[in-house]
Amino acid sequence: MQVIFKTSYNQDINILSKTGQYIRVTLLVLAMLTAPLYLDVYYLSELGMLLVYVVAGVGLMILTGFTGQVSFGHAAFLGIGAYCHSILMSMGVPFFVSLPATALFSGLVGMLLGRSASKMHGFYLAVATLAFLIIVETLIGEWTDVTGGYAGFSVPELEIFGFYFVEMWQQYYVDLGVTLFVLWGTANLLRSPSGRAFLAVRDSELSARSLGVNIEWVKIQSFGISAAVTGVAGVLLAHHLLYLSPETFGVLESLKLLLMIVVGGLGSILGAVFGAIFVSLLPVALSILRDVLPDEISQQAGLEPMLFGFIIVIFVVFEPDGISGRWRKLLHFFETFPYYRKASFVRQKSYLKTERMR
Amino acid sequence: MSSLVVKNLAIEFGGVKAVDDVSFEVEQGETFAIIGPNGAGKSTIFNLISRIYEPSAGSIHYGEKNLLDVAPHRVIDTGIARTFQNIDLFEQATVLQNLLVGRHRRMSQNILRDFVFFAGCRAREREHRRKVEDVIDLMEIAHYRDQLISDLPYGARKNVELARALCAEPTLLLLDEPASGLNQEETDDVSFWLNDIKHDLGVTIVMVEHDMGLVGRVADRVLAINNGKFLSLGTPEEVRNDAAVQQAYLGTAA
Repeated sequence: MQVIFKTSYNQDINILSKTGQYIRVTLLVLAMLTAPLYLDVYYLSELGMLLVYVVAGVGLMILTGFTGQVSFGHAAFLGIGAYCHSILMSMGVPFFVSLPATALFSGLVGMLLGRSASKMHGFYLAVATLAFLIIVETLIGEWTDVTGGYAGFSVPELEIFGFYFVEMWQQYYVDLGVTLFVLWGTANLLRSPSGRAFLAVRDSELSARSLGVNIEWVKIQSFGISAAVTGVAGVLLAHHLLYLSPETFGVLESLKLLLMIVVGGLGSILGAVFGAIFVSLLPVALSILRDVLPDEISQQAGLEPMLFGFIIVIFVVFEPDGISGRWRKLLHFFETFPYYRKASFVRQKSYLKTERMR
Repeated sequence: MSSLVVKNLAIEFGGVKAVDDVSFEVEQGETFAIIGPNGAGKSTIFNLISRIYEPSAGSIHYGEKNLLDVAPHRVIDTGIARTFQNIDLFEQATVLQNLLVGRHRRMSQNILRDFVFFAGCRAREREHRRKVEDVIDLMEIAHYRDQLISDLPYGARKNVELARALCAEPTLLLLDEPASGLNQEETDDVSFWLNDIKHDLGVTIVMVEHDMGLVGRVADRVLAINNGKFLSLGTPEEVRNDAAVQQAYLGTAA
């Protein structure tokens, strides 16, 4: 059992505090950096897509997991990011200008949505964000002159400083770099007042306000930063898809993002990562499984959505904390061995809260 | 010198006059208690002072400031911090995070700077952490520091909530039933803390409390209200012997 003896406030400020965390993260980053050496193009491309979903998941996690604002419309920001970047690139704007410009644009749209959503709660917020998604999807589809409409839009090749990144491994490193930056930035948010204000708004708007948190502004900020990060995921996604069409960024994609962070575990960065791994690896695992299963099962239509749905139900019923919650318990088991008890993680029921004054 | 001046305060919810023409003044540095039977309008007065409700009549001044001109999230800038009757902490955050939110208004914020944890962010965290640690020492909650609120027992949550309000370095503290749900020993602790807060930190305290023993020990003056109306104002002894107060609590004059 590891007991951390704290001698400096820095130990609480650092993102990684335990030796085990350092080792795990270092190994993971090393494995990711060397992935092109031992993975073929197909798996490398799947890994790249996984990273895209990590970024998108973190984007939605900032809004839903940290600030507690549900959004059924996040695929719209994925779409806005993908289209905005592709259009800018096709106009000859360099990648390293287009990427931040897209993040900024997506973030501003997010702030606008946040401005109108900041007074809404629960069900109304869900419907409002869904409406936003439909508006954006229609807009992309109908604005033929700029977006190519339903015929689609061809994504320009990934070009950075005159070099064409056409090989999968090159693109993979771009994905990895952006993902690490976003993860680092989000971890930074959580250790500074902005991120704590998010958590405060999520857990109790009433006492957050009494402590001087400007609820509306925090929600607008959260929508903005969440949309910007999701927009960046859209940029990366565009280079994987190579061809954009409005229906790619529909309700189903939004649901996928939402289910991803629920299965991964709401309220932690790790949850977004685990969720992305789950969503991306399930089809891969299934395609491997198909080869060994008898044809009667493996050729059934709808096997993947069914399995997807089944696993989500299992998680919602048996592990509401998601995969990251399970992971935390596993670590706790080893850290406190042999003292772990089933009841170690049973929470007391929460006391009456002052919500009636909302 | 009066610091908090409430004049002819009133609020109606539909036809219910929850607070009806209540006036009182709280002196700087005193401990002022508001008592009354259930539904008397005690917490409503608190919610009016912290601007959660908009009064239908009357005025509230704190120092030079007219509180009715202040936005709810700016009330804390005038130096007023509060606790809630039903403990309103950030449940899925640690004690430390809760207390740091208490310092929210005093921390410079720029979300983009925070995102890249720009130079100065670490120094800012350390500086405010030091202030938080002072409060942790005062309230003796050091052993809970890294725990989630949802793991804490009720009594500890009460202390953390008081600590969170103190982290804002208030000049006026609104305490909504600081001793409700606490046992005799914990209530004694509360009375020591309230005296410490008053004498060492020089904070003015306004509290709503049912425990007359606690009120008698810490309060300098007591305001009694019933059905939103003024009953009595004076020292704890005077109010306890007031015929109107006894009638409100016991039904007939004893």
